[in-house]
Amino acid sequence: MHLEKAIEMKNITKRFGSKVVANRSVSLTLYKGEILSLLGENGSGKTTLMNMLSGIYYPDEGEIFVNEKPVEIKSPKDAFDLGIGMIHQHFKLVDVFTAAENIVLGLEGEKGKLDKGAVAKAVREIADRYGFEIDPNQKVYNMSVSQKQTVEIVKVLYRGANILILDEPTAVLTPQETEKLFTVMRNMRADGKAIIIITHKLHEVLAVSDRVAVLRKGEYIGDVPTAEASQQSLTDMMVGRAVSLNIDRPLAEAQTDRLVVEHLTVKDKEGVKKLDDVSFVAKAGEILGIAGIAGSGQKQLLEAIAGVQRAEPGSSVRYIEPDGSSSKQLVGMDPLSIIKKGVLLSFVPEDRFGMGLVGTMSISHNVMLRSYRRGKTPMLDRKFPKQLSQKIVRDLEVVTPDIDRTPIRRLSGGNVQKVLVGREIEQSPTVLMTAYAVRGLDINTSYTIYNLLTEQKMKGVAVIYVGEDLDVLLELCDRILVLCGGKVSGVVDGRNTTKEEVGLMMTKLGGGN
Amino acid sequence: MHISKRDGIVAWKAWLVRLLAIVLALLVDAIIIFAVVRLNPIDVYASMFNGAFGTEKKIWFLVRDLMILSCIGIGLAPAFKMRFWNIGAEGQMLVGGIMTAFWMINFAGKVPTWLLFVLMIVSALIAGGVWGFLPGLFKAIWNTNETLFTLMMNYIAIQLTSFFVAKWENPPGSNSVGVINRMGDVKNVGWIGNMFSKGYNADYGWVAAIVLVLAVAMFIYLNYSKQGYEIAVVGDSENTARYAGIRVRNVYMRTMAISGAICGFAGFLAVSAVSHTISTSTAGGRGFTAIIVAWLAKMNPFVMILISALLTFMDKGASQIASDFGLNEYVSQIVSGVILFFILGSEFFLNYRIQFAKAKK
Amino acid sequence: MEGLLSFLSSFPTLLHSGVVFGTVIMFGALGEILTQKSGNLNLGVPGVMYLGGIAGLAASFLYENVFCPGHGIEPVAWISVALSLVSCFVAAALGSLLYSFLTITLRTNQNVTGLTLTIFGSGVANFFGGSLNKLAGGVGQVSVKVASEAYRAFSFDLVATVDSWTERIGFGLGTLIFSYGFLTYVVLVIAVGLWFFLSKTRYGLSLRAVGENTATADAVGINVTKYKYLATCIGGGISGFGGLYYVMNYIKGTWENSGTIEGLGWLAVALVIFATWKPLRTIWGSYLFGVLYWMFFYVAGLTRSSQEIFKMLPYVVTLFVLIMVSLRKRREDQPPASLGLPYFREDR
Repeated sequence: MHLEKAIEMKNITKRFGSKVVANRSVSLTLYKGEILSLLGENGSGKTTLMNMLSGIYYPDEGEIFVNEKPVEIKSPKDAFDLGIGMIHQHFKLVDVFTAAENIVLGLEGEKGKLDKGAVAKAVREIADRYGFEIDPNQKVYNMSVSQKQTVEIVKVLYRGANILILDEPTAVLTPQETEKLFTVMRNMRADGKAIIIITHKLHEVLAVSDRVAVLRKGEYIGDVPTAEASQQSLTDMMVGRAVSLNIDRPLAEAQTDRLVVEHLTVKDKEGVKKLDDVSFVAKAGEILGIAGIAGSGQKQLLEAIAGVQRAEPGSSVRYIEPDGSSSKQLVGMDPLSIIKKGVLLSFVPEDRFGMGLVGTMSISHNVMLRSYRRGKTPMLDRKFPKQLSQKIVRDLEVVTPDIDRTPIRRLSGGNVQKVLVGREIEQSPTVLMTAYAVRGLDINTSYTIYNLLTEQKMKGVAVIYVGEDLDVLLELCDRILVLCGGKVSGVVDGRNTTKEEVGLMMTKLGGGN
Repeated sequence: MHISKRDGIVAWKAWLVRLLAIVLALLVDAIIIFAVVRLNPIDVYASMFNGAFGTEKKIWFLVRDLMILSCIGIGLAPAFKMRFWNIGAEGQMLVGGIMTAFWMINFAGKVPTWLLFVLMIVSALIAGGVWGFLPGLFKAIWNTNETLFTLMMNYIAIQLTSFFVAKWENPPGSNSVGVINRMGDVKNVGWIGNMFSKGYNADYGWVAAIVLVLAVAMFIYLNYSKQGYEIAVVGDSENTARYAGIRVRNVYMRTMAISGAICGFAGFLAVSAVSHTISTSTAGGRGFTAIIVAWLAKMNPFVMILISALLTFMDKGASQIASDFGLNEYVSQIVSGVILFFILGSEFFLNYRIQFAKAKK
Repeated sequence: MEGLLSFLSSFPTLLHSGVVFGTVIMFGALGEILTQKSGNLNLGVPGVMYLGGIAGLAASFLYENVFCPGHGIEPVAWISVALSLVSCFVAAALGSLLYSFLTITLRTNQNVTGLTLTIFGSGVANFFGGSLNKLAGGVGQVSVKVASEAYRAFSFDLVATVDSWTERIGFGLGTLIFSYGFLTYVVLVIAVGLWFFLSKTRYGLSLRAVGENTATADAVGINVTKYKYLATCIGGGISGFGGLYYVMNYIKGTWENSGTIEGLGWLAVALVIFATWKPLRTIWGSYLFGVLYWMFFYVAGLTRSSQEIFKMLPYVVTLFVLIMVSLRKRREDQPPASLGLPYFREDR
């Protein structure tokens, strides 16, 4: 049945820098009239691979065939000319334009006058053919995320794409919207289009695709017809066998409640619930792991506790003093109020330069960020942060030309992270929250960080570790809380659980039960 | 050809590039001047040098003008450090000048001189501060575009100045305020230079001394104080500031009040120490020039003094060649414009690296 | 009451003055709208208007007072007008080209570069303006009589006829509508044309995309650099006509360095905000600004000082609009989202 190949990638390798191999000799085939799921964990190289088809990256090695002819895709325009259209996770739309205006944007080859009527008609035709619901005259800023996605897809189709790549299209959709999207995808398949959907949600893979290809850590694991796959078999392919990392996990003696989170709900600017009625307890003397697919509410969880994000009414985050004498309600306080209440919260955020560090400043000026208020005079105490910086540089073996001149942005990612973690630990916190603390770091630095966190745990700090690598979570954490779609889908004991168990909880829709 | 961002550049190279830019600009200026007057450019530059440094008096004028320009730049520094586009220095300076003139005209001789100065200075600071605070407030609350807001505030201040000039005009019908406290019982009251000794150099000496102190103070404020640190963090990343417990809105309002207040103080200096009068040209476009000065100096007050010195030198020199060779005075604006264009353009080579692609195999 | 009556009776004259200054401002604002729609905030508008004004004046001057006497011929009006129009456009566009090169190619800061252009442009214009005055034998003596008269020419018959129709209501409608030089009507055509271009053509759509979301425009294959350069240079050329109109129509083909052009140039920037970046709104907006500018002259009983407060009105009104726009957050009224930001496509 599937005989004609739409795309064939042969032995594709893509490196970033000298150390990171994003894709290693990957071969992948897509047939006309099929929906292929590209499955893999975060960081398994799915998006990178697809970006080589859409012209954003160029492979270091390997060949690409489109419609069985060898091609070179050097820019998005090349991809477009070959009939390949990719719908990215971040939409590229002009907010103040209507759907129709976005769809025809840049197509100047046609006549200069913008015939809105004709465009609207063409858009409606596409919509009718595949079952989209779209109002060509609606402004993008008035649209829901799913409507924006529709515009992106129609935009690609309007430009004559026959091969569509959707990068995690359901991550932002409700179940109902997802169902609609799948209907549209099936209609497109019936029309002879070839579709790749990048995802890590197993039930979706099973629901919509004909075939599943799995990537793990940049390598191609294999592909199976969906009819022959089950959630269990796919999970096994995706996460692989558990790898032993030999991370030290001592048991702290006294474990008392430190943070009691109840009914925590956070909405984003558009009013969408990013965190929905989350309750849990973080204990002193343990590392509480937070597992979940990227974007399941991890960021909002940590930021709401830190006071950077506003929590909805009814949310509660109670902080219990180490001596157990009293508790404080953190919801409703901004970071300064939290500091002034004497609550020592340390927080290593996900986007280091967007929040947490000042890229243009030196190490010692960044270290100062937590302690610059010291002293009664209006002047900065520069000696203390300098000494602290020296200590951090020495203890954590930070490689840097100096501590008070070079902007921190110019250090390597691992060294930057060491400075950030070092600073947060040096303020002797009672709660330490980290988000993807080892992302982009080499093995040695990662172990340094794990050891630091464990050290803190043994000192009686409540450590919250948001991670993406299940192997690490399983060996580092005492308990693991699994988030799915902004809800808690369960809390498991890190010593007794399995990778499969956590993996299934991560992908379970709706959470709970 | 491929252009990529630089990580940084060694200091001596950076200064070399800037120096090269200035030399190139002087060359272009020389060509322009030659094209217009057909004179040996060396003679012309000699004449310019003479215009700036020819006599003691000329040197004092140079010092005075460069210091006032630096003072405005110093005022703008905290705002720019916060990445807040305060282009309202012209207006902030004028309202400061109005308040200064108000006390000089109405209260000279009626209150002790020391009190008069306190009133002049405090009210100039407050007036300029309010003029800066308002755009800061609206930016903080509603994210109102500060560039356009401060621009409009300039013209409101200019009209306000015209209003007071008409109110205080002296002699009537002249449409100018004239020199305030020029003679009689209140002769020279409210002139800074008159406090201890007399003469223009006393006035200008005070200006130089005060602005130098301000430069040092601003340098310390920006680099060594807690508030200066907060400004820098807010300027780089509002999110990081919030994370560290800095209340961003307050920093916006506080910093703009300070920025406006110093510009208002420059207005005080311009009235009390320099012109001893008030008019719409009390600021005379210097509020705009100072923006360029502050930006090029990357908010370092001492570098501002250097750049101000260069621009003032060009300005004085150009006026001199204008009178020596029968040109009009606007030649100085052309000459300064060319220099600024070149220095601005040279920044590109400090921030970006240009690589010419090697031929493909 | 008496004051009100006298104000009403002078209203047509006030409107007339308002239209003249309004036209200067409208030219400036239309050019700046085109520029800002590409994401470039050019604060060099006053400088560009200066450049346009002086170049147009110099071209006519050289033709009428140097070339023609030198060849012993009489100056021809249309040639003088055409020369000044072309020179004006070219000089203003060149000024904007300088700005474009610095901000787009060298990625300098737009505010600082624009302000420098204003300093430079007013310097060049006043320098050569002063030289022209000197060549002509003294201040106010530059005389490009032929061109200036052509610029200000209108049909007396038409004005008289229409006036006679409206005689009964005591209001010279002919004078109010038809008694201006041709540029007064050209600017209206440009306003409508710019509106049509921006909202009804694909090129206009692409241009707006560049100013709103440069990366998206780049991603769909729009040549961002080309659009920015063209919009800024043509916009500058249009703004330049404002300076020329002031020189030829208002001060009748002479030069003065009163700084009025600069003031009107900043009002043009203000008008862009007031009109919320919409060309058609500049039409009534500019006349309103023009009327507000001259209002003090016609309100009886104002002292000289309170007149100055009246002149503040355009700026206060603009400030008010700016605040309301940011308060109401209506998306259609916001500045182009990428306004003032440099664009650098890091890789590739």
